[in-house]
Amino acid sequence: MKPATFEYRKATTVADVVQWLKDAPDGKVIAGGQSLVPLMNFRLARPSVLIDINGIRALHHVEYDGSTLDLGALIHHQEIADHPEIQKKFPVLTVAARHIGHWAIRNRGTLGGSLAHADPASEWPAAMVALQAEIDVQGSPGVHRVPASEFFLGYYTTVLEPDEMIVGARVPATGASRIGFAEVARRTGDFALAGAFVEDCLDGTGFVTWFGVSDKPQRIAVALPPARETSWREALEQLTLNDVAEDKIALAIEIAERALKHSALVGAAYFGAHAIRGRD
Amino acid sequence: MSTKMPVNLTINGETFNVEVEPRWLLSDVIRHQVGLIGTHVGCEQGVCGACTVLIDGKPERSCLIFAVQAQGHQITTVEGLTQNKPDLTPLQQAFQNHHALQCGYCTPGMLLTATALLETEPHPNEHRIREALSGNVCRCTGYQFIVDAILEVAGDSKEASR
Ligand SMILES: Cc1cc2nc3c(=O)[nH]c(=O)nc-3n(C[C@H](O)[C@H](O)[C@H](O)COP(=O)(O)OP(=O)(O)OC[C@H]3O[C@@H](n4cnc5c(N)ncnc54)[C@H](O)[C@@H]3O)c2cc1C
Ligand code: FES
Ligand code: FES
Repeated sequence: MKPATFEYRKATTVADVVQWLKDAPDGKVIAGGQSLVPLMNFRLARPSVLIDINGIRALHHVEYDGSTLDLGALIHHQEIADHPEIQKKFPVLTVAARHIGHWAIRNRGTLGGSLAHADPASEWPAAMVALQAEIDVQGSPGVHRVPASEFFLGYYTTVLEPDEMIVGARVPATGASRIGFAEVARRTGDFALAGAFVEDCLDGTGFVTWFGVSDKPQRIAVALPPARETSWREALEQLTLNDVAEDKIALAIEIAERALKHSALVGAAYFGAHAIRGRD
Repeated sequence: MSTKMPVNLTINGETFNVEVEPRWLLSDVIRHQVGLIGTHVGCEQGVCGACTVLIDGKPERSCLIFAVQAQGHQITTVEGLTQNKPDLTPLQQAFQNHHALQCGYCTPGMLLTATALLETEPHPNEHRIREALSGNVCRCTGYQFIVDAILEVAGDSKEASR
């Protein structure tokens, strides 16, 4: 099938976008189009107006001031994967970016689009929750910051109002704790069957944020004693799981264990595929 | 609403002035308006990679971008690899030598993805090649011959070391 008819508008400012969304409540923003265009091609989405935000230069930036990483909404997944400063200061984001889809998808798909789409199996929503980022949202009253922990409401659902858009995300530096990542997918580039970010606070406690296992990412405090099975199980009980079958629970636990192991690696080993890969 | 808009597309270094509906995918415009049918279309959901073209040198899915969005960018299709050249590129020649294609449906996407890979990284190892090609599905070859062909051009030929 082919997309239904729409009116195409090219925005150069965020204010334009907000106004146009107000005027056309069934209008849609297009960023990378890597989630929206498949839906339009199958007519699962039929916006009356398509607002192209790719020309808004102000949304295309990466800045690190020593304490906060400021990412524009239009940064592509591959740009995050390739960014030398992110690799140095936020290596977990580098590793996560490399797991998003395929090269051609990463070249066009954007951070803001992924956060707005809120696929529960996506890497970025979980990364933002795990790293306690804030998401910058602009509507008619101006920009407000929403903690990532409050941004995602459930499957493909966020707090965004119809006339609001994401302009960026702000990720605080991680301090003394160590963060690891793990994911398992059927094939390279597929959406995760299960994935996790695990933060080790190095005092026997930490946090786990899964993706692909529940309706939305949540950062959950866990005890990290040498035998941790019970900790992971208690954490999973706090989530609305997609599937409560024991093999799915076991997979989520295995992935959390891998992410914890990964957090202890340094240097080149941290980026090694075998350190992160699950059973794929 | 379905009124057409004039668009200038730069494809393989040439400019094409076409009238398009905003809803027309770049893949369809390349094939039907411009007439370059080397770009294949499989799934129209970004999964198969048959429609992969280079946009400003980077592989992207032409089925997931509207033609109106491609104005002002350099598009390369498989035809562009041999534009104004009498011979196949070394990569195309290696595909032929290694029997890296059977039906040929995936081949344009494979060639463009591999061309971009070799441009950014002239000597990728097998793992890197397989990772870069993970978004291009081939139902015929089993991939090994494709990987062998790219390895040959990468100067890391298994054949050579055998
Ligand atoms: C084959 C394939 C494999 C993939 N694999 C993965 C994967 O493994 N992991 C993963 O996370 N993703 C994957 N994706 C999805 C990809 O990451 C998308 O890039 C991403 O989900 C959406 O970003 P986008 O910029 O393409 O957004 P678009 O498709 O343009 O938009 C998606 C939605 O977000 C809205 N939107 C976009 N930008 C904004 C904004 N700034 N403010 C408000 N709303 C906005 C749009 O209106 C739309 O509703 C895959 C996609 C494909 C085709
Ligand atoms: S047709 Fe574009 S990826 Fe399959
Ligand atoms: S050669 Fe037939 S699909 Fe690859």
